[in-house]
Amino acid sequence: MPAAESYPEELKYHPEHDWARIDGDDATLGVTWFAQDALGELVHYEAPVVGSTVAKDESYGEVESVKAVSDIVAPLSGEVLEVNQKAIDEPEIVNDDPYDEGWLIRIRMSDPGEVAGLMDAAAYRVHIADQ
Amino acid sequence: MSVEPDRTWRDTPLIFERSRTGRRAGRPPIPDLPTPDVPESLRRARPPRLPELSEPEIVRHFTALADRTFGVDTGFYPLGSCTMKHNPRVNERLASLPGFRDLHPYQDDDGAQGALELMWRLQEMLAEIAGLPAVTLQPAAGSQGELTGLMLMRAYFADRGEDRDTIITADTAHGTNPASVTMAGFKLEKVETDARGNLDLEDLRAKVNDRTAGLMLTNPSTLGLFDEGIEAVAEIFHDAGALLYYDGANLNAVVGISRPGDMGFDIVHYNLHKTFSQPHGGGGPGGGPVAVRESIEPYLPAPTVVRDGDAFRLDHDRPKSIGRVRGFAGPFGVFVRSYAYMRAYGPGLKEMSEVAVLNANYVLARLRDVYDLPYDRHCMHEFVLSARNLKREHGITALDVAKRLMDYGIHPPTIYFPLVVPEALMIEPTETEPKERLDGFVDAMRRIAEEAAESPEVLKEAPHGRPVRRLDEVRAAKQPILRYLFDEHPVRVDAT
Repeated sequence: MPAAESYPEELKYHPEHDWARIDGDDATLGVTWFAQDALGELVHYEAPVVGSTVAKDESYGEVESVKAVSDIVAPLSGEVLEVNQKAIDEPEIVNDDPYDEGWLIRIRMSDPGEVAGLMDAAAYRVHIADQ
Repeated sequence: MSVEPDRTWRDTPLIFERSRTGRRAGRPPIPDLPTPDVPESLRRARPPRLPELSEPEIVRHFTALADRTFGVDTGFYPLGSCTMKHNPRVNERLASLPGFRDLHPYQDDDGAQGALELMWRLQEMLAEIAGLPAVTLQPAAGSQGELTGLMLMRAYFADRGEDRDTIITADTAHGTNPASVTMAGFKLEKVETDARGNLDLEDLRAKVNDRTAGLMLTNPSTLGLFDEGIEAVAEIFHDAGALLYYDGANLNAVVGISRPGDMGFDIVHYNLHKTFSQPHGGGGPGGGPVAVRESIEPYLPAPTVVRDGDAFRLDHDRPKSIGRVRGFAGPFGVFVRSYAYMRAYGPGLKEMSEVAVLNANYVLARLRDVYDLPYDRHCMHEFVLSARNLKREHGITALDVAKRLMDYGIHPPTIYFPLVVPEALMIEPTETEPKERLDGFVDAMRRIAEEAAESPEVLKEAPHGRPVRRLDEVRAAKQPILRYLFDEHPVRVDAT
């Protein structure tokens, strides 16, 4: 079942519809409810390789729905510690649970200062209101 | 307008389901030729499980499938960026002339002078339309034209000893552009669209440097807008020593009016199947010739058609050529149709583009008050509306609008593209539609906008009157059934 619209308060948001959950020097990344709703049900998740680096504002992977293939933009820079194998095997979990089971990668941040440049949930809600 | 479900279509069985053991359409003669000696290990143990039907049942089966087909010969087909125009029937007659139809690809030049002259003249006409001097007819379609163009860029820079590895595309680019960039071994960088729908010059200046090999751009863009800053764009690239590639998918808007070469483009591909009326709804064959500036001409695929006095020949002696990109001389039947199409218009060819632009602006003017218009400008040969107002107010998406159009006997427009427009509906009416058809489409689109408010559930479940309802596209993508598996798909008893 597709999730109901929500933007958890404890997450940080990037204008390209990605979220980050900060945990010390690590961050877990995924796409927002808005992004998965715009894409429709996902059929493929092209994940980065563990050990590779991702750069803020740059694409680190792709998600594919029947509508389109879309780049996933990194909200923060760092090294990939882990990718969500379950999201690769069953990409629809990103639709069902975008913030929890549907996470995409976990990184070790190379510049934790970048977090300050992301939006909080209230600012992100304003951002998507005029999309 | 009837939107009742058509049961007879919905229940058309598979040909395997019509099969009955022992039925035959005909009996081949018993061969009296010697049987080749096939090693035992390669021989079939059992005959293949092919469907077994009588000839009339085969004919009925395929006629029933043909009846379900929708094409530009059936109705209005405003598929944006695909230019689904009418294909004049006289072109078919000309392409079937025995002198063209029966030519063998290995015929020597002396025996194919008429065909070579047609190809040479087509090259000349295409060169004039692009405003660039040299043309190859080889590429099989637009995507291969793109790849050829990028291979030409690579050869050009390699010959000059320059190491450039990046191609820039617009965020509105056709999906083939980034795909071609990757396939040709370049890195991809995207440039943003500004608030008027033009390339963002500031973003562009920040991204173009001595690593940039070139730009790939469609003009008018996939938003149906002519880039007002195209001269400045060309200057940015040429000042950096880079090249400009023109994706000709939208050439139907500008033929005889403005020339890509004059805009500053160095390499151009055409889609003969779109702009110059080769039937292409069924997947081809297409034609994707490429035109280039003098400086790139030495690298064109070999052979090209050249004229020596009154004679025409294939020129294979091109030492700097990137080589062949397609077998033999290219899709010849397509050349005949496109040549005939242009000659039928004659000097008035620009009327084709003028009417295409007029038709698109007429439809836009009649729809702009009921759908969102993300870029409020006159359009070229196509335009992009957004159904986001219907989504916001009634939960009706571009997909729902597209599916409902099928109930009104209209092929849906391109949807969800370009990606910069949410709930995009990309509409290209073409120049070959009379006003009554355009009005019929407008009426259907306006009626659908009313239905979105009055009875959104009708739209959510559309189409109602087509052979199939909403398809499970996700399941089709994830678990496609590509082969008939007899045991898993047992014959339905009632399937006759």
